[in-house]
Amino acid sequence: MTVDETIRSVLADHARLAVPAESLADDTDLFGAGMTSHASVNVMLALEDAFDFEFSEQMLKKSTFESIESIRTAVSEMTAG
Amino acid sequence: MTAVAPMEVRVGLDLVDPDEVAASVARFGDRYLTRVFTEHEIECCRRSARGVGEPAYAVESLAARFAAKEAVLKVLRPIGVQPEWRSIELHRMTGGWCEIRLSGTAAALAAEAGIAGLSVSLSHEQALAAAVVIGWCSPRDRETYDG
Repeated sequence: MTVDETIRSVLADHARLAVPAESLADDTDLFGAGMTSHASVNVMLALEDAFDFEFSEQMLKKSTFESIESIRTAVSEMTAG
Repeated sequence: MTAVAPMEVRVGLDLVDPDEVAASVARFGDRYLTRVFTEHEIECCRRSARGVGEPAYAVESLAARFAAKEAVLKVLRPIGVQPEWRSIELHRMTGGWCEIRLSGTAAALAAEAGIAGLSVSLSHEQALAAAVVIGWCSPRDRETYDG
């Protein structure tokens, strides 16, 4: 799976969205699409499992998980180098 | 003209389903707990005695604390910068009630907003946990303009 496919798969399983994850644009506000703050924590932990890393302390906040775009940026930062 | 603004009061409310917290604890275990809650919060919600099959934590109490953290965010109204979950701590007092203690970015946001104090009330049943947070801002001089 590509990074985008993995992110969408995690969102489908954990974000409790009101719409299918595959229908989301990269910049769709995930909280506006129905993801609760609590669900965003599950998304974070499931992303760590999927990509085999741990988000840094500075990334443990809502804004990191507000869109596919912001998640992709965070994943890129964590997997770079 | 300069006028003294009246005290501003902000209110935040949030609800969390304890079953969702139970599912997160079951799925992610300590990783979930330590990313969201402080050591004090985790200890406060640990069951001292439990029956066979009962979870190690009072998930409804964890859910109420999560709701309180989210309610605090609604009071802080962050734009852009978002505090991490553990920078908002529900500190249980000897008498049993909780006080909110902020650190890091959450404390900075509160200072920036002029929030002089926060008060919280938690409640939970088996199917729902809730928290209300009230924040009050010190009256500050501010410029007002006549048309």
